[in-house]
Amino acid sequence: MSETGEKLIIDGKRLDGREPEQLRPIQMEVKIINRANGSSLVNFGGTHAIASVHGPRALFPRWMQESDTGILRCRYNMAPFSVEDRKSPGPDRRSVEISKVARLAIEPAIFLEDFPKATIDVFIEVLQADGSTRVTGINAASLALADAGVPMRDLVTACSVGKIDGVLVADLNGKEDNNSEVDMALAMLSTKKKITLLQMDGSVNKEELMILLNLAEKSCEKIYEIQKKVLKEKYKRI
Amino acid sequence: MEIKEIVLPGELIAEKKGRKAGRGTYFEGEKVFAGVLGIPRVDENEISVMPLSGVYTPSIEDKVVGIIQGVEISGWTVGINSPYLAFLPLSEGVSEFVDTQRTDISRFFDINDIISCKISKVTKNKTIQVSMRSIGSRKLYGGITIKVTPTKIPRIIGKGGSMISLIKEKTGCEIIAGQNGIVWMRGERKDKAIEAIMTIERESHTIGLTEKIEKLLGEVV
Repeated sequence: MSETGEKLIIDGKRLDGREPEQLRPIQMEVKIINRANGSSLVNFGGTHAIASVHGPRALFPRWMQESDTGILRCRYNMAPFSVEDRKSPGPDRRSVEISKVARLAIEPAIFLEDFPKATIDVFIEVLQADGSTRVTGINAASLALADAGVPMRDLVTACSVGKIDGVLVADLNGKEDNNSEVDMALAMLSTKKKITLLQMDGSVNKEELMILLNLAEKSCEKIYEIQKKVLKEKYKRI
Repeated sequence: MEIKEIVLPGELIAEKKGRKAGRGTYFEGEKVFAGVLGIPRVDENEISVMPLSGVYTPSIEDKVVGIIQGVEISGWTVGINSPYLAFLPLSEGVSEFVDTQRTDISRFFDINDIISCKISKVTKNKTIQVSMRSIGSRKLYGGITIKVTPTKIPRIIGKGGSMISLIKEKTGCEIIAGQNGIVWMRGERKDKAIEAIMTIERESHTIGLTEKIEKLLGEVV
């Protein structure tokens, strides 16, 4: 139940008519920014995120260079018009944190050691926010990295799961996110099934947690299929 | 039109079976996975993936087209369209004796000059040296350069240089395609040559490209 007393699950269906385990309509596109090495647009229902990848490229200032490995820099940013009340532009505490966790989620997938002294820059811009922006951003970043031809172990897929009105659900939207009992973001290496990001707030017992993890894994598989399709289609197109 | 199969990072290509996991791949145990988005190639002794995009990573003996970025006391720094700058030592750039105390070496190569050269040294932490002491290395006067995806240069050159000589022949341009993705060209009909090269870059993973280029260039002759 939300703070206003509104029910979030009616007759086993969510407010937007989804089943508990159903994802929102997902759209993905790659190569949308010409000047970037790789780029992508990912829509999860009302959440839209653009990611662009620049590099591997020379890293300056020089003191930031690592002589044995490249570094990954990640910027997550929400556009001022992405939310209902205008968000004041520029980095804040939240976006700095999400930039960091997004970087940590993507980093294990990339062969950074192939590019000593260089950097790979990933920019995630959220154009429209309706819950689960960080996982949308990570999905977009992973697509953009693959599009940029960056050597990677695997694609990274992310999704959110949670508990609303006592029901375990996948892919929370904005309203559900704000009124959830549990909200969990998870990113994983898609084919290796290794988790690279796991964040949660709220409290669950062990059984529910295991169910949530399974649900997240299943959702990630679905998302991975879409990522795969989009990339293959793009490179097939004449 | 027939299209070659494409693999994504993390996709299983084949069992290793004593073969080498080559470029664009990595292995875990006996399984070889794609490490980059591209077209897989499974040979008798090597499994590799030809990437479809990405930046140029220098490797020794590559013939590249470079642009002079800086003039130092005893050499030049050369931009080679990769994350790393290359260095061209004086002795590798000019064959005559030069007294560095008295000469300003920018009289040989100055900033923004274009050269064709060869990668002569690559260290583990990517310090790169180029040399002009090989056949075909020279300063390139006039003309223009365009940048293409480095991984597509082999397709632009073609088997035994067939594709590039077709373009040269049909347009009458001088063309040098560096493996780093910089293509230099000079000639009157370079617009057609650019069109042909861009077409190859866009459609490099399709089959029957040579005929298409032949047709495209055939129209103008």
